[in-house]
Amino acid sequence: MIDFGDDENLAKHAEEFLQLFNKGAAFTQALLKENEQLRYQLLKAGERQATAPVDSDSEAQLEQKIADLERERQEIFRRIKEVEAENLDFANRYVEIEEENNKLANLYIASYQLHSTLDFKEVLQIVSEIIINLIGAEVFAVLLRDEKSRQLEVAVHEGVDSAELPLKELDQGIIGEILATGDSYFADDIDSYVLDYAHPMVSIPLKIKDLTIGVIVIYRMLEQKQRFADVDYELFTLLAGHAATAIFSSRMYSDSERKLSTIQGFIDLLTK
Amino acid sequence: MDTKNILIVDDSPTMRQLLTFALKRLRNVRVTEASNGVEGLKKLTGDRFDLIFSDINMPTMDGLKLVALVRKDPAIQHIPIVMITTEGAAEDRQRALALGATEYITKPVQSLQVLNVTKRLLDLQ
Repeated sequence: MIDFGDDENLAKHAEEFLQLFNKGAAFTQALLKENEQLRYQLLKAGERQATAPVDSDSEAQLEQKIADLERERQEIFRRIKEVEAENLDFANRYVEIEEENNKLANLYIASYQLHSTLDFKEVLQIVSEIIINLIGAEVFAVLLRDEKSRQLEVAVHEGVDSAELPLKELDQGIIGEILATGDSYFADDIDSYVLDYAHPMVSIPLKIKDLTIGVIVIYRMLEQKQRFADVDYELFTLLAGHAATAIFSSRMYSDSERKLSTIQGFIDLLTK
Repeated sequence: MDTKNILIVDDSPTMRQLLTFALKRLRNVRVTEASNGVEGLKKLTGDRFDLIFSDINMPTMDGLKLVALVRKDPAIQHIPIVMITTEGAAEDRQRALALGATEYITKPVQSLQVLNVTKRLLDLQ
């Protein structure tokens, strides 16, 4: 127990108590200050957590990825459109090539058939077949020039009576003009054409170089034939040259065969 | 893939050659030609055919008679017949289809038309 009986001791004890109290007060102050600092740090940390981005790097990567995907999508759309355009182009080219192929096939077959025989009647039959089957004519005639009579003679007639054909008009009308110039004639409009035997819808000269040996005249096309196609003009051109040569040469051959047969008959008669 | 046999019946050598020319572009196709209905019928009884192309106007026996006879014969009545003709009137078409023709094409024909109808009827690619 403390003895307060001595004044000196009492003052010493009071001094010690005061020092102890001061130390306690300073310690308490230090604790309070540290506590305040910790609270402040905690608050700052909370604020940072609340306001700071979750992960700024990964977000930027995601945004980049979205932008890349969008670009890729646009590129794919562009390619699809390109492929569609290419497909359409290929389809159109396929049709064009098929048309060209059809045209060449028709020309090849017409030429092949025209030169497949030296029989005059067969050649005329083939000319008719080409005009009907490949061109699509319904009423037509093949007229050949007879130099002796200065008239046209009917070699082939289909859908028209030969008596109705203008055979004496070597220097008149469209047919006379065709024979004189050697140029083809086509009516401006098939639909509005009115049947006139002196004025055919189509006139094609049969030409061997500058010599016109006859003319193909067309008066009516088949019901389903609405207009002339490119291949028709090609066929007309082919007929103008090849049919003329085939007709001319087969007629020459037939005539020579007939003459040869006659001469052979005479020889046989003389030698027997 | 087995070979498909096609019979062309037409009195015009030009048309026969044109059709043969077009059909030979297809793979595994064999083409036989006949110049009229009677000859066509003989070929049909002597061989197996998968398709017939026939003209209508022909000497000896026309295409319509041929269609009628083919449709009456149980051995060959299943063969599809495509008429290729100059007759473009609707009543001609109806008459041919009523007799049993499968398709009706008017002249002048396009090779693409012939190829398309052949591919469809023979189920070719």
